[in-house]
Amino acid sequence: MILGLVMRVIAGIALMLLITVFAVLFEGVDRKLHAVMQRRIGPPLLQPVYDILKLLGKENVVPRWATPVFFHGGPWVAMIASMMVFMYIPMGSLPPVLNGSGDLILILYLLSLSGVAVAVGGFASGSPIANVGAQREMILMMSYEVPLAIVVSTLAWFAYKLGMPGHPFSLETYVATSVWSVVGKAGFLGLLCLFVAILTVIPGETGKGLMDIPEAKTEILEGVTVEYSGVNLALLHIGFNLRGAAISALVVSLFFPFSLGKSIGLSGVPMAIIDFPWFWVKVFLVEVFGVTFLRTAFGRLKIWQASNFYWAQVGALSLAGMILISVDVLLH
Amino acid sequence: MSETKTYKLPIGPVHVGLKEPITAWLDIEGEHIKDAVIRPGAIHRGVEFMARERNPIQVIYLAERVCGICSFSHAIAFVKAVEDAAQIEVPIRAQYIRSMVLELERIHSHILWSGVACYTIGFDSAFHLGMMLREKVMDVLEALSGNRVNYAVTTVGGVRWDVTPAVERTVMDMIHYYRNEFASFYEAAINDPVVKARLRDVGVLTTEQAIKYCALGPTSRGSGVRADVRWSAPYDAYCDIHVEPVVPQDYTGEVHGDVYDRFLVRVYEVLQSLDILEKIMEGLPEGPITFEPKVNKLLTVLKKAEGVGYGCIEAPRGDDTHAVGLKAQQENVQWWKVRAPTYSNAVSWPLMFKDNELADAPLIINSIDPCISCMERMVLSDTSSGTKSVVTKADLLKLCREKTDKTRRLMGA
Repeated sequence: MILGLVMRVIAGIALMLLITVFAVLFEGVDRKLHAVMQRRIGPPLLQPVYDILKLLGKENVVPRWATPVFFHGGPWVAMIASMMVFMYIPMGSLPPVLNGSGDLILILYLLSLSGVAVAVGGFASGSPIANVGAQREMILMMSYEVPLAIVVSTLAWFAYKLGMPGHPFSLETYVATSVWSVVGKAGFLGLLCLFVAILTVIPGETGKGLMDIPEAKTEILEGVTVEYSGVNLALLHIGFNLRGAAISALVVSLFFPFSLGKSIGLSGVPMAIIDFPWFWVKVFLVEVFGVTFLRTAFGRLKIWQASNFYWAQVGALSLAGMILISVDVLLH
Repeated sequence: MSETKTYKLPIGPVHVGLKEPITAWLDIEGEHIKDAVIRPGAIHRGVEFMARERNPIQVIYLAERVCGICSFSHAIAFVKAVEDAAQIEVPIRAQYIRSMVLELERIHSHILWSGVACYTIGFDSAFHLGMMLREKVMDVLEALSGNRVNYAVTTVGGVRWDVTPAVERTVMDMIHYYRNEFASFYEAAINDPVVKARLRDVGVLTTEQAIKYCALGPTSRGSGVRADVRWSAPYDAYCDIHVEPVVPQDYTGEVHGDVYDRFLVRVYEVLQSLDILEKIMEGLPEGPITFEPKVNKLLTVLKKAEGVGYGCIEAPRGDDTHAVGLKAQQENVQWWKVRAPTYSNAVSWPLMFKDNELADAPLIINSIDPCISCMERMVLSDTSSGTKSVVTKADLLKLCREKTDKTRRLMGA
């Protein structure tokens, strides 16, 4: 029992470090690809690492009107909450570190917590510009949570109705049995709708491209992060990177659980060893599409336009997916 | 309804979305702009004062440095003012070359602005595309004059550089390049749904307001006013080449007077400039390029001149007016007045701000393509004495003399 706990703690810490490095490297790849697509040279792949190392060595400046507890607490909570998400996500064939103690709802909760913590930090910094940024962050979150909740609950209901082995709200259920393999024709279309809906949530969750609204450099000077510097800013950067990786990992676990090891006939440890990098390749591809492509192709929306987009367009799309899947379940 | 509380938020003087220092104090309610107050005065360079210690030829180079983007327009406007005062006739070929460079400058200014507008709404890809396209016209200017900014092409009574066959080829190449490549920017920026959603019905200036508040250039044309100095008071090669003002109603059938319309006007003006350039290249007459190539002789002529001259031309941002005073037997310029287009356009800012959103604020400021350093006129207010008074010319002169005395004492003179 104690040995198991110690093993979990060690595995958890090792995984957290590894994932932090991956998430930060993703930003490097994102920036490089973004530059190449704009026919620029772009920064070196390790630029985000250099940035974070530099920031970690700098002083934390606290504004006079800030509330220090929340101002310092925001970045920490944001980073740790997004890090915790990975404790509940199965990576390839490896079971999650905190196996059986959490589910999809907890993951969504942690993702929102990270957003709220950033917003609280912004409000606590006492700057009117950070205040506007924090308001925007909250509104954006309220907007994209709606389609996200519809997608997740539809999938859970679907898994429950079809009797997929495992708990309907556990991610391992979706990793063990791909949702695509159990649907009919109508359900396939429905799943496609849900998939597109969750893809549009990625820019909102990461605050990039179209949904770069809470930071909006040319409007409100990086918004929520405007007063942050030094270690706090480094933590915020890591937190944002982790959030991007976490939402992409969630999309991969729900919609692309396909195992490379299984398809080439491996099992046990070799399969787990092959599937771990394969999982990260998939996460990377989803992030490249959801973040890099979209931020290269589009400008920034206004906050009400973003809200409208998530509530009306994406909301309708996810509802259509829900209806199609219900039809599929009824036909079964 | 309960009364909601507004709070003040400054945009500027130093802000990522603005390229030059100016402050807009916004009364914000949530994201909604209730009112706006523009506070200039963060920068002043005193170029007009500096000109008084220079002769007209030397002032040309100072005039070019009033603005980095429309540098040639300022130089031409100044030179035209001097020519007006000294009654100098400019050879036709020189007039054509001047118009050619003015059009090249318009192309580069408009592409730059369109890119910056895209950058302001976070559309970096279109910004980089614009910057890449702009390189070509900069190359042409470099081939013609040897410089990429501040071309130093013009002089009193003509131009300093002739258009050689090699330059002619580069210009024709450029026209060909833009006819093919500019469409990619056009497609990416004008027809993009997000750009349309961000620029439509933002910063509206109606036709009546544009006329009432004397908006100029693309700002007034974006509001549907047919105002263009090249059309209403043709000068140089524009006397031979008919230029029709570009107004949005001719292209879309309606006038919104918003930022999108100003964007359209600038993009279509680039295409119009290509046509004008083609006509200039076709009709480029032979002959001398300057009234008097020897600077000493020219200066002697200018020294004899007496009177006041005006020069008004259509700069990329609107009409640029210079006035200059010359006195016989005095080598230096007596006085010089620059009226940059931003000076008139900035008046309409508070109107454009009303009932827009905070997200649009930098875009609205940028929509008139402001050139704050060209526009700034000094206002000094003395708050140290408790009585808030504006410093007068006499006060300023006194302060200036005191400072000079102090410096002299310090240097031991």
